[in-house]
Amino acid sequence: MANYRNNAFAIEALVRQAEVHRDVYVDPEIFEIEMEHLFPNSWVYVGHASQLAKPGDFITATIGRQPVMASRHTDGTIHVFYNRCPHKGVKIASEPCGHTGKFFRCPYHAWSFKTDGSLLAIPLKKGYEGTGFGDAQANEGLSKIKNVVVYRDFIFAQLNDNGVSFEDYFGESLSTIDNMVERSPEGKLAVVAAPIRYMHTCNWKMLVENQTDTCHPMVAHESSAGTAVKVWKREQGDGTETPMAVQLYGPFMSPYEFYEQSGIRIWPNGHGHTGVANSIHSNYSDIEGYLAQMVAAYGEKRAHEILGEVRHNTVYFPNVMVKGAVQILRNFIPIAVDKTLVESWVYRLVGAPDKLYERALMYNRFINAPTSIVGHDDLEMYERAQEGLKSNGNQWVNLQRLYEAGEPADVTAVINGTSERQMRNQFHAWAKFMTIDMDKRIEAAE
Amino acid sequence: MITEKTITDFVYREADLLDTMQWQAWLDLFHPEGRYWMPLEWQQQDPVLQPSLMYEDLLLLKVRVERLAGERTFSQKPKSRCHHLLQAPQIIACDPEAGLFKARTSYIYTETRGDMLERYSGWASHDLVRVGDDLKIKLKRVDLVNFDAPFGNIQLFM
Ligand code: FES
Ligand SMILES: [Fe+2]
Repeated sequence: MANYRNNAFAIEALVRQAEVHRDVYVDPEIFEIEMEHLFPNSWVYVGHASQLAKPGDFITATIGRQPVMASRHTDGTIHVFYNRCPHKGVKIASEPCGHTGKFFRCPYHAWSFKTDGSLLAIPLKKGYEGTGFGDAQANEGLSKIKNVVVYRDFIFAQLNDNGVSFEDYFGESLSTIDNMVERSPEGKLAVVAAPIRYMHTCNWKMLVENQTDTCHPMVAHESSAGTAVKVWKREQGDGTETPMAVQLYGPFMSPYEFYEQSGIRIWPNGHGHTGVANSIHSNYSDIEGYLAQMVAAYGEKRAHEILGEVRHNTVYFPNVMVKGAVQILRNFIPIAVDKTLVESWVYRLVGAPDKLYERALMYNRFINAPTSIVGHDDLEMYERAQEGLKSNGNQWVNLQRLYEAGEPADVTAVINGTSERQMRNQFHAWAKFMTIDMDKRIEAAE
Repeated sequence: MITEKTITDFVYREADLLDTMQWQAWLDLFHPEGRYWMPLEWQQQDPVLQPSLMYEDLLLLKVRVERLAGERTFSQKPKSRCHHLLQAPQIIACDPEAGLFKARTSYIYTETRGDMLERYSGWASHDLVRVGDDLKIKLKRVDLVNFDAPFGNIQLFM
């Protein structure tokens, strides 16, 4: 095992054109470097503005392993800061979300902060007179994260100043978020409930890769989706209307040809999506009244364009997946090299019929929950991979499917839907954002 | 004649069928319109427009049971086993006139697979109806005390 710390070249050498070294999934030092470099260098999802409806509302999150929080300030603006008191480091907020009123108050010694993070008051303030406190970093209040963008209510933050702007980082990939938002007749999404949480004993990247792994559903999910289709056929015959549940499970059993032609689109910086021409979400039955609402809001042509875009899974590098057509965001939160917390959020389409929310909630609990049979299939594969990768016989993971010699990285392209190119795309971005803030000149001279 | 003891016996028998993996006999305890519900909120009221861990009708429960035996159900190689430790059920309603039979039972549930063992605590609520001489499950509701914590796979039934 190489020594990876401060060794950009060793890290880059883990990613070949169509293979990656198993250390990216199993090496604890690589995981530490991801926490210290990859996550702070990337634009990471923090939360949704609807969770901060009123001034004084706050949410907490982690970027890599650093605790952060976002709040709605008195003037309506959204601020993101480190969730850590400038006095002795106590976390200011201990719950996933809440309302603090006009200011935050640290529970240890009662320093207080405005909802934009700035220092409001310290008890017995005169004890700091003549101490030079004015120049201390503590005097600035809660340390603010400068690089924050709220894009159509999605809050993203980047901890490091590495010069990669939000626009450059995400580029055209934001079109999936656009489509999800536009599926509301009012152009608005709302988080109205907690996410489903699901603990995985595997590396976080296995989950992200699996989002565009179109050669596994008909194999790994034969047990769940295949059984659902079989039981439905036997119990109900073919005459009756297919229930919503079977409509959701059934398409997982689509054959290879279906995924081949539905396509994958890749974008620079590791983003990409499955389901270009159509997807497993294409053939759900219409929900009464919805199309009429959309036509009234957007006009006939635009409404059909919006609803005709049924992308399957969009990966926002490094660790988020969005499903516009069923209004779900999965956040793959790294805990340890072999431990990942998945939080699956459902957005309500404001103004749309309840039935759409019902379907999204159903999809969420069917496909990614501790109690989901599809989830059971997937987690079993990740756990086996996490174990299997410890073997030394072959130390490389093969991502060669439909690889073309010299294929360019960091481009936009639409390709065969069974390609593993989006995984290669992610690893190209992985090597880039792991090392973008490392000094490579020194090592080159060594 | 359905008495409080009939309800209590039903609750014990249901747990026993699960622990002994008599899946078909367990499914037979459900009314055709029966549901199995695992809420995801404290004192949750709505299984449809609020998120749940599970809210399944008989068709979906049959899928689960059939899947457990599937040749290509890899997450059941090795197979899971479970154990229910029940407190004496509390009878909430036993009203033959109105056809209302309800119990609430505090439990500790253990699910194992291979060398793994997970333990859960919560309350099971049974809403039962009379069909002929038997009671059938209209709703089995399972509230975990820590419903909001992230779990690994829960593959059997609490
Ligand atoms: S640690 Fe926050 S006030 Fe002292
Ligand atoms: Fe899967």
